[in-house]
Amino acid sequence: MTLVKTKIGRRSFIRTSALAGGGMMVGFSWLASCKMTPEEVNSLPKEWFDINGFLKIGDNGLVTIMSPNPEIGQNVKTAMPMIVADELDVDWKNVIVEQAPLNLDVFQRQLAGGSQSIRAGWEGLRMAGATARKMLRQAAAKAWEVPLEEVTTSNGTLYHKASNKSAGYGEMASAAVGVASPNDPPENIEVPEEVELKDINDFTIIGTDRLNVDGPKIVTGKPLFGIDVQEEGMLTAMIVHPEAFGQTFKSMDAESIKSMPGIIDVFPVDVYPEGVEKQWSDGGGIPQLVAIVGESTWQCMQAKKALKVEWESPSNLESTESYEDDLAKLLDAPAKEPARSDGDFNKAIKGAAKVIERTYSAPFLAHNTMEPMNFFANVTADKAEVKGPIQTPEFLEKTLSSVLGLPIDKIDVGMTRMGGGFGRRLYGHFGVEAAVISKKVQAPIKLVYTREDDMTQGTYRPAYKVRFKAGLDKDNNLIAWSVKGVGTNDDLVFENRFPAGAVDNYLAEKTSLQTKITTGAWRAPRSNFMAGAEQSFMDEVAELAGKDPIEFRLELFDRAIKDPVGPPEKNDYDPERYAGVLKLVKEKANWDGLDNGKARGVSAYYCHNSYVAQVLDLTMDGNKPMVEKVVCAVDCGIVINPISAKNQIEGGIIDGIGHATYSQMTFENGVPQQQNFDSYHLIRNSEAPKQIESYFVDNGIDPTGLGEPSLPPVIGALANAMYKATGKRVYNQPFILEKEIVG
Amino acid sequence: MAAFSLKINGTQHEINVDPTTPMLWVLRDHLHMVGTKYGCGIAQCGACTIHLGDNAVRSCQLPVSSVGDQEITTIEGLSENGDHPVQKAWLEVDVPQCGYCQAGQIMTASALLKKNPNPSDTEIENAMNGNICRCGTYTRIRKAIKMAANTNQNS
Repeated sequence: MTLVKTKIGRRSFIRTSALAGGGMMVGFSWLASCKMTPEEVNSLPKEWFDINGFLKIGDNGLVTIMSPNPEIGQNVKTAMPMIVADELDVDWKNVIVEQAPLNLDVFQRQLAGGSQSIRAGWEGLRMAGATARKMLRQAAAKAWEVPLEEVTTSNGTLYHKASNKSAGYGEMASAAVGVASPNDPPENIEVPEEVELKDINDFTIIGTDRLNVDGPKIVTGKPLFGIDVQEEGMLTAMIVHPEAFGQTFKSMDAESIKSMPGIIDVFPVDVYPEGVEKQWSDGGGIPQLVAIVGESTWQCMQAKKALKVEWESPSNLESTESYEDDLAKLLDAPAKEPARSDGDFNKAIKGAAKVIERTYSAPFLAHNTMEPMNFFANVTADKAEVKGPIQTPEFLEKTLSSVLGLPIDKIDVGMTRMGGGFGRRLYGHFGVEAAVISKKVQAPIKLVYTREDDMTQGTYRPAYKVRFKAGLDKDNNLIAWSVKGVGTNDDLVFENRFPAGAVDNYLAEKTSLQTKITTGAWRAPRSNFMAGAEQSFMDEVAELAGKDPIEFRLELFDRAIKDPVGPPEKNDYDPERYAGVLKLVKEKANWDGLDNGKARGVSAYYCHNSYVAQVLDLTMDGNKPMVEKVVCAVDCGIVINPISAKNQIEGGIIDGIGHATYSQMTFENGVPQQQNFDSYHLIRNSEAPKQIESYFVDNGIDPTGLGEPSLPPVIGALANAMYKATGKRVYNQPFILEKEIVG
Repeated sequence: MAAFSLKINGTQHEINVDPTTPMLWVLRDHLHMVGTKYGCGIAQCGACTIHLGDNAVRSCQLPVSSVGDQEITTIEGLSENGDHPVQKAWLEVDVPQCGYCQAGQIMTASALLKKNPNPSDTEIENAMNGNICRCGTYTRIRKAIKMAANTNQNS
């Protein structure tokens, strides 16, 4: 049991909820169109009591827990309420989960990104549950006139053992508020200054498998996503953006489509007019567009095809070929200040018995969320209501305030479930576009991108190149390691990650190339390329040293544990936890014993505060890798919801294998060459691993991220296994070019 | 514009639309049945899969004028209470991540099992290859299909 100071507003106490009544329970009016079954209606409480912003208790004991963060498929909508429910001590089957509104007075960091929702939310969520539990105990102590310490709870019921009294949470909340006269000031059950958090060994919900709270709606096709929003009088809007990155609007023949059926308006849009205060989340998007507004999606699509727009081209439109050259030149050019330098790399490499140098590259990638960008907006003279799929609602609200000239409290940003995020919906320009279009046509609109709009518009994973160089002494000890990374609008290298701290002479350099093509965070930014390159190189160095690849890595971790190079606090990884996942995967994959005729590769990486090691088995079908099995060991501290955590791991593995093997976005004169899924190869069912096994290190450490960490290392494990199968190393992603697929 | 009478999930619907309108948009925009999803518009991703008779088809490439009197089933009508063996298996295996593609996956899987109640691993993969899951739930999709097939066999 841990005592913690509560940080919840003191003005909070148990009170009748303003949202009392069954029908109001669902937050969005468009959801009210889902019919509830009679059982569902009958089981609803007649009255709800607010305990704090995180939860409401119904008079019948049902509990509504708000999930504060945006849901992009990482399943925080199940995991975050699980944490609250465990500390509250209620039966999970009596919990209803609702998406919280954007409210930074109550919730912290309502953002989906960096695999941080659980890590950053952990303490606040536990406290919300524990505070509510203590307040209910206080109410019981008062009602029963017994000492607080003697009031215990179990599964949503309060007990006083000595007097044999008990009451359900709902019953006690009713009593505390005084249901008979709800308008009277409630008996104040003040927020306690201090609450007890559970001992982690007493968790009953955390660490157990709980099914996705939106599962039943997903499998029956209920409206959940931004693209499903339907509002009275709502029109459809679509955009036309320049064909090439770098182009700007010149002119259009609007009249040619204005007479088409259902078309209401067509006009150029300047998304961020001069003087607008932009947020970091406004980095993506193409600011000059043409908007088409019509009655239905199909009518807008037809008009979009027919519209002729002329764009102004700059003289220097960019192509993949020119990036390749420019990045290669940048890699060869002397770097400025190193990002980190330990010992004397150049001297050590000169004296090394064996030296190896390798260069790796990766292309731009589109995010390709299955739900294309979209947003609903209804902007009037004095307020704006917007809702849709957004990973950064707080920042969208701020930008809208500046763009629309409205105060923050006149802007209502609603969060819908998202059909994928992967970083794409950090950049909320589509929400701004929707608002600007709605304001112009003075009507509620839903902006919907076509797949082509979505894929050809950015904000892409940057293109990268990295060069590693390593030196071994005559006893095959690693004595020198350098890494130099370049990327488009991104400098790639994490200088304090492994093997920094484990090699006497270490040099890290990085630089970036500015491009017109918009780039941004893509699931596990930088790590999504660095891990694969670094772990492939590590494999080659181990081979050069004549050592087993796992033993070679473990020796380095051992060095970082016992005698770290440089100040240990500088290294942003814990070598013991790193070695821990490697040892676990070695055991679970039977690394030493198994000879199953499959080619095996190993990899380990640290990112987003979590540690992952993988062993991958494959066979080749022509030049296509057919992954038979991936064994994955993860240290992300306490696992909230294992069934769902494993789903994240499996997804990351399949995502990593798919993109590294098949996917790329190329450009010719600024024009994206892949525009839809016929030319952009996303991994398909038959190309995914046959089997994935996941194991967690059980160490009771506070939880860390899991939405991203399983993706980066698998690319290294795949490359290393491909080498075992073919005898050839792969250095450039995608590993197979579409035109070269055999088998 | 032209008038069409469509039988969808056992109910007759009368609509008046451009005959070239794909069923996807008839369902989503005109009938407000939004369970069928837009993903690519060119029959490459499978998010819009519905049943035309017993066949899984991509509704983004199915003009309303070509439907005639063939019966349409969408995710909303696959079962009355969300208890089709495929839906139940999907929940038990906890397949979805973002969930956007899953209606299409379920419609393809249920059409497969209707024709082939006990598909092999390869038959499952081949049938499901037209449905992209960007979150990478493919291993769970296969597991759920096998579970649903076993339920069918045992019932």
